[in-house]
Amino acid sequence: MERVAIVGTGQTKHTSTRGDVSIGGLVREAALRALADADMTWDDIDAVVIGKAPDFFEGVMMPELYLADALGAIGKPMFRVHTAGSVGGSTAIVASELVSSGVHERVLTLAFEKQSESEAMWALSFAIPFQPPMHAGAGGYFAPHIRSYMQRSKAPDHIGILVALKDRLNACKNPYAHLHEKDATFESIKDSIMLWDPIRYSETCPSSDGAFAMVLTNEKGGDDAAAAGRPPAWVKGTAMRSEPTMFAGRDQVSPLGGQLCSKDVYAQAGITNPRAEVDVVEMYVPFSWFEPMWLENLGFCEEGEGWRLVEDGVTEMTGDLPVNCSGGVLSTNPIGASGMIRFGEAAMQVRGQCGEHQIDGVRTAVGHAYGGGSQFFAMWVLGSEKP
Amino acid sequence: MSDVVTAPPLTLPDRLSSIDEPVKSIRTPAAVRYTYSPGQAPSEFLYKVAQKQLTGRKCPQCTKVYIPPRETCPTCGVTTLPDIIDLPDVGTVTSFCVVNVQFYGQAMEVPYVGALILIDGSDIPLMHLLQEVDVETVHMGMRVEAVWVDEGDMGPTLESIKYFRPNGEPDADWNSYKDNV
Amino acid sequence: MRDVAIIAFAQTKHRRSYEGTSEVEFLAPVLQEVQAKAGLEKKDIDFVCSGSSDYLAGQAFSFVVTLDAYGPWPPITESHVDMDGAWALYEAWVKMQTGKIDTALIYAYGKSSPGSIRRVLTRQLEPYYTQPLWPDSVALAALQARVGLDAGTWTEEQMAEVAATSRRNAKGNPFAQVVDDAEPATLLSKDYFVDPLRVHDCPPITDGAAAVIMVAGDKAKELTDRPAWIRGIDHRIDPAALGVRDLTVSPSAQLAAEKAGVADGNVDVAELHAPFTHQEIILRNALGLGDGVDVNPSGGALAANPVMTAGLIRFGELADRISRGEADRGVAHATSGACLQQNLVAVLEGE
Repeated sequence: MERVAIVGTGQTKHTSTRGDVSIGGLVREAALRALADADMTWDDIDAVVIGKAPDFFEGVMMPELYLADALGAIGKPMFRVHTAGSVGGSTAIVASELVSSGVHERVLTLAFEKQSESEAMWALSFAIPFQPPMHAGAGGYFAPHIRSYMQRSKAPDHIGILVALKDRLNACKNPYAHLHEKDATFESIKDSIMLWDPIRYSETCPSSDGAFAMVLTNEKGGDDAAAAGRPPAWVKGTAMRSEPTMFAGRDQVSPLGGQLCSKDVYAQAGITNPRAEVDVVEMYVPFSWFEPMWLENLGFCEEGEGWRLVEDGVTEMTGDLPVNCSGGVLSTNPIGASGMIRFGEAAMQVRGQCGEHQIDGVRTAVGHAYGGGSQFFAMWVLGSEKP
Repeated sequence: MSDVVTAPPLTLPDRLSSIDEPVKSIRTPAAVRYTYSPGQAPSEFLYKVAQKQLTGRKCPQCTKVYIPPRETCPTCGVTTLPDIIDLPDVGTVTSFCVVNVQFYGQAMEVPYVGALILIDGSDIPLMHLLQEVDVETVHMGMRVEAVWVDEGDMGPTLESIKYFRPNGEPDADWNSYKDNV
Repeated sequence: MRDVAIIAFAQTKHRRSYEGTSEVEFLAPVLQEVQAKAGLEKKDIDFVCSGSSDYLAGQAFSFVVTLDAYGPWPPITESHVDMDGAWALYEAWVKMQTGKIDTALIYAYGKSSPGSIRRVLTRQLEPYYTQPLWPDSVALAALQARVGLDAGTWTEEQMAEVAATSRRNAKGNPFAQVVDDAEPATLLSKDYFVDPLRVHDCPPITDGAAAVIMVAGDKAKELTDRPAWIRGIDHRIDPAALGVRDLTVSPSAQLAAEKAGVADGNVDVAELHAPFTHQEIILRNALGLGDGVDVNPSGGALAANPVMTAGLIRFGELADRISRGEADRGVAHATSGACLQQNLVAVLEGE
């Protein structure tokens, strides 16, 4: 297997409506930045892999067909991955395999969502006949499971608020993040309207337009970048897991799929103690309470202890396991891109590109994405040293 | 914040310089009609619902009873679940959330409760509404019963059940629903 | 490159409509059958990858529910493309090349019956200038056919020949939908459907599903006497805007064929995913297939066209022929997008 290096990343300024660009323009913005970061042009790229969430969000079926021109893919292999919310992550994994397999040397990968075109919120919730009606939308699907977590772990009520506050303030250090709520406080979040008890408005992800792109190369490409003073992030492990949406006795609080995915990827990366050996984590937290839930699910702490890490400030930028320094999904959520933003921010942390939200001396970073009814998981582990 | 963050300003080529206001967006309504087929097992279930009867299907391999019934068992991959089990329209709340805002497509009065309800005899909770209840009192373990729509409005849809409401029974024993929390 | 082979294939009897049956219901038996044919169970499958389309189903996240037909428990490694299953096969092939997996199950399905397929496919087009005009898939293919007729690249007679051959070949395919003995002259006597295309020039509207099992290396030889080895596989894409392309040729198919090594040996059989008769002619030219090649012995997409699946079926049909010793070396092709915009070509060989 060929080693894989991330040598370029680029993203758009994420916001609720990018009315200044078409879908093609949005993706090109991220792609051009990634190419510039990699010191490459379109001609250097062998293949393109894109990912995004359901086509209904923009009203364009199979957008890789329309975007082939915008992404310099004419005459090249190009395809599109769709694994629900984890898609940004699984797309990055597919791209890395195009390199690790030896099939290509330099791959451009990109994930996007332009939620302001067509109506993403409608597409998420339009009623399908004969299926049990979703009376409460996406948040309403997850809220009962969050309640179950709170019941199981005996976590105090305010943990979600702490997560939301951390992510929103972290986002202020990330120029690309959608929400920049400099004035967010514990009280302002607590006082925001309760949407689906126990999830408040300010503990919920926004709806964003945005794209994230990366350039992945083989070992030679990584070495060349390092020699040119642009250190790459090396892929040390990738894993994906899926499980059914609903089955009798399913644990939706800590799905087995997430547990197995993390165990697999740590094993590949030689990590035996994730809490101690991982320097920074970008995990997919669309509603605040998912942070303590995923901390447990991904093996960073024992079951029932995730909320303590939050309360003790362990996941703050000043803590020993910073989580979502970028502001996370809670501050930026172009749905199809969010998974790749997690994977990409992990790469940026390793490469020292995070500016104000950089953690010092990152040697090992984890990117995580999930989708569907907490049933699709994708993760990668990146390192500053070659595996 | 960095200037690099925003997109470069739009500059029109000379030949278009007489245009004051470029077109920034277009609205193109798009509608596609679909005829959905629920599948055979869900169809039978829905016809029974129209007759005020809830049913489940049992997987011959894992013996779990699914409601709404499915054609296959999602864990075993068994392709037909032939045993149809009649179920009562009462159950236990395994979890819930209180919805405080209107969201797209909903016509309910807020606040209302969305609950996961484990129908007696089944192994997977159903999501539905809880009404005729003080939202503050809703809790896991609460016993509830279905309230059906008027005879004339019954049809092959889970919306034939208007909502569930507390039925006054004492809370369910934890063991009866702990696998579903 | 690691040797990877297709060792089993199963498909539904393709029909105009499986109304009343859900995708899960008609896919589940296909998944069971392909595993049985391969002699493998869920625990032996390292990776599952599928192709299907939300827009076809009229439901966002439609593939999520259908995954239940496989029964992904305990959790599996699985992925999905909202494209023809041939690209899901490609994703699985790449993963095999990394050495991380040795076995893969690829499935695809599509029901055209719920919506108007011609109308649904307009959503595939560029959204700002083209989509609002609602140019349906048949109209675009007709436009392409017209270009070729006017340029003398093909004739209506040749197109009718393609259709007649496909329907005749389909007589040997119990899963095909459009089967008969019509002579080209009879077909040509019919009125135009969308000028210059007649009904016989167009694919049927189909509901169907298919699945394939791929295995790497020696394990393939353990499971079957004559695996169909993938000797080369590549895919390329052309510009979306029709006005930018010469519609009588397919540069992406030609390039993919070169990269896959089609010309490196004799081609006995070619299963080409050509939904329209003139497109088969374009592909024969692009892939450099001479008269000696048996094209679409299964009947091809003109005999059954479950959208998102017809490309994968070409792989399965070819693999089966190789396994049965009816062919030694062949080409499987899949297409995506209007007028052959994107093309995937593979060379399969028995030993």
